[in-house]
Amino acid sequence: MRADPVEATGVERIAGAFERARGERRAALMTYLMGGFPTLEESVRIGEACIENGADVVELGVPYSDPLADGPVIHEAATRALQAGATLIGVLEVARSLAPSVPVVLMCYANMVLAPGVDAFVERLAKSGAAGLIVPDLPSEEAGQTLAACDARGLALVPLVAPTTPPERMTAIGERARGFMYTVSVVGTTGERSSMSERYAEVIARAKASTTVPVALGFGISTPEQARQAANAGADGVIVGTRLVRAASAGNDPAAEVGRVVAELSSALSHEPTPGV
Amino acid sequence: MSTIEHRFGRYGGQYVPETLMPALTELEAAWAAAREDPVYRSELDGLLRDYGGRPTPLYRAGRLSERLGRSVYLKREDLNHTGSHKLNNALGQALLAKRMGKRRIIAETGAGQHGVATATVCALLDLECVIYMGSEDTRRQAPNVQRMKLLGAEVHPVEAGARTLKEATSAAIRDWVENVQSTHYVIGSAVGPAPYPVLVHDLQRVIGVEARAQILEREGRLPQRVIACVGGGSNAIGMFTAFIEDREVELIGVEAGGEGIDTKRHGAPLTVGGRAGVLHGSLSAIMQDEEGQIVEAHSISAGLDYPGTGPQHAFLRDSGRARYEAVTDADAVSAFKELSRLEGIIPALESAHAVAWTLAQGDGELDLVCLSGRGDKDLAEVLGAS
Repeated sequence: MRADPVEATGVERIAGAFERARGERRAALMTYLMGGFPTLEESVRIGEACIENGADVVELGVPYSDPLADGPVIHEAATRALQAGATLIGVLEVARSLAPSVPVVLMCYANMVLAPGVDAFVERLAKSGAAGLIVPDLPSEEAGQTLAACDARGLALVPLVAPTTPPERMTAIGERARGFMYTVSVVGTTGERSSMSERYAEVIARAKASTTVPVALGFGISTPEQARQAANAGADGVIVGTRLVRAASAGNDPAAEVGRVVAELSSALSHEPTPGV
Repeated sequence: MSTIEHRFGRYGGQYVPETLMPALTELEAAWAAAREDPVYRSELDGLLRDYGGRPTPLYRAGRLSERLGRSVYLKREDLNHTGSHKLNNALGQALLAKRMGKRRIIAETGAGQHGVATATVCALLDLECVIYMGSEDTRRQAPNVQRMKLLGAEVHPVEAGARTLKEATSAAIRDWVENVQSTHYVIGSAVGPAPYPVLVHDLQRVIGVEARAQILEREGRLPQRVIACVGGGSNAIGMFTAFIEDREVELIGVEAGGEGIDTKRHGAPLTVGGRAGVLHGSLSAIMQDEEGQIVEAHSISAGLDYPGTGPQHAFLRDSGRARYEAVTDADAVSAFKELSRLEGIIPALESAHAVAWTLAQGDGELDLVCLSGRGDKDLAEVLGAS
């Protein structure tokens, strides 16, 4: 039931991924990887390992010199990717490789979107086959032009909401949300945290009340247990980032290591218990 | 209650993670109220006077003037308590934080002057204080690290990137994202997301207001040129603001030329021009590559070693009201020594850039230079460089 990647718009492909998960009575698994980390070639293999092991959506980070929303693990991965020569063009090639199998949502800081001009950037994104865009330092006040450019090409500009976002603001953001609403589970930057799950239900309920698109929970979710708690708390999608970036920096087969972690997460979200994992 | 502009022309804005947006809204409302509240004003003015030493003197640099064949006046911000103009802003923001019920203060610092000013006011007002400083800067400005610790602040060396002001600012912003509900971020320059550039502008404009009245009293006329160094640009915006409507007064911002603006080893985004971009929450003149990665700056002066600048400066440049030029490390060091010998005033390396610009001009009648800070902190760096 996955929407045809050639015919369907990015917004439709993301919706299709959530529908498919819902059809299987589970939350969608959304895995983050840093494009170009440890290398561009390896990040394609890591993305493929995510997909093979159950990722419904791939969030693809563009390494940036000054990632203000990211904690130390993703910051370090970005720095290393840049040192290894990663460029936006290279990361869009990663998107192109993965996009036929799964909706790819690019995560990119505002200055890189503005650098070539918003329209030119979004046009390149559309041509890569990506389905959507997340800009972690582009609040709704500054997002008008980017939203229009994405809408014109059927790409989803996914907004973030935080526990600190007040109700009226949450509603305004929810009305302009495309694809899904990226709900930040904690007050803070990206990174693994020990149990924060008691707060999941509240932020998810607030987000769901303010939008018609699916609500995905991210930041601080790293274990299968936390993923399951997020799903049980009502999240339509569960985003895991830092844990996977850490897996990608370990060992001599990063893709296998990421695949192993994704399989555990996927199993935790699945209603069918998977023996032996 | 007056509203606070988010943009200067096309520059400025709020490019920050969503988590911070409510805090910026809260800060904006708090500042709009405080700046018109006579109780806040009188507390701030009282402290600036009795604790900080304002008004600072305007000094006619006699031997320097004789040497250049024109009058050169120095606005002596170096005589503020803690040794620079940074106290004006730190005091105002710490009082504001207290009003807002925030008891934990964080700040970034480059040269350490803003860190020392913030640590000082936190001691004065009994607030918890955490300072982020690049580890390259903790090395070259070691005396200021010791001062901050003595004042009770926690100093966190930042190891990322070039280990200077840009990374210290990023680290402070990340701390703020984590602790936004309990913490006020005292940004040290006229940079950052709205309302910070206006907040810092409002707290530093006292420099120019005083200087304008003082020079009118002494000379019976306005200066021909007003000169100030620009990193983020807080002393410059503080100095320029009072003169913006005086169209006959030239406003000159002096950036860090580093090893030369054709070498890429500099901190002169306004002088060099190029595409505007986003750094630390606002759109302004920045140093970046083709894809939008921020490029590392370089300056011998830690306070000017920054690849961005305040959005109002980018606007003043584009509108033609102010112009921006760069002075190299070598010329700044020469000016540092020359002012020391001619006037018995050791300037901060940052301020020495403004002095160097004046020294290089063959023409002119009446220059007013903002001597934004004193140079004790720079002795090791300068003596090591020569």
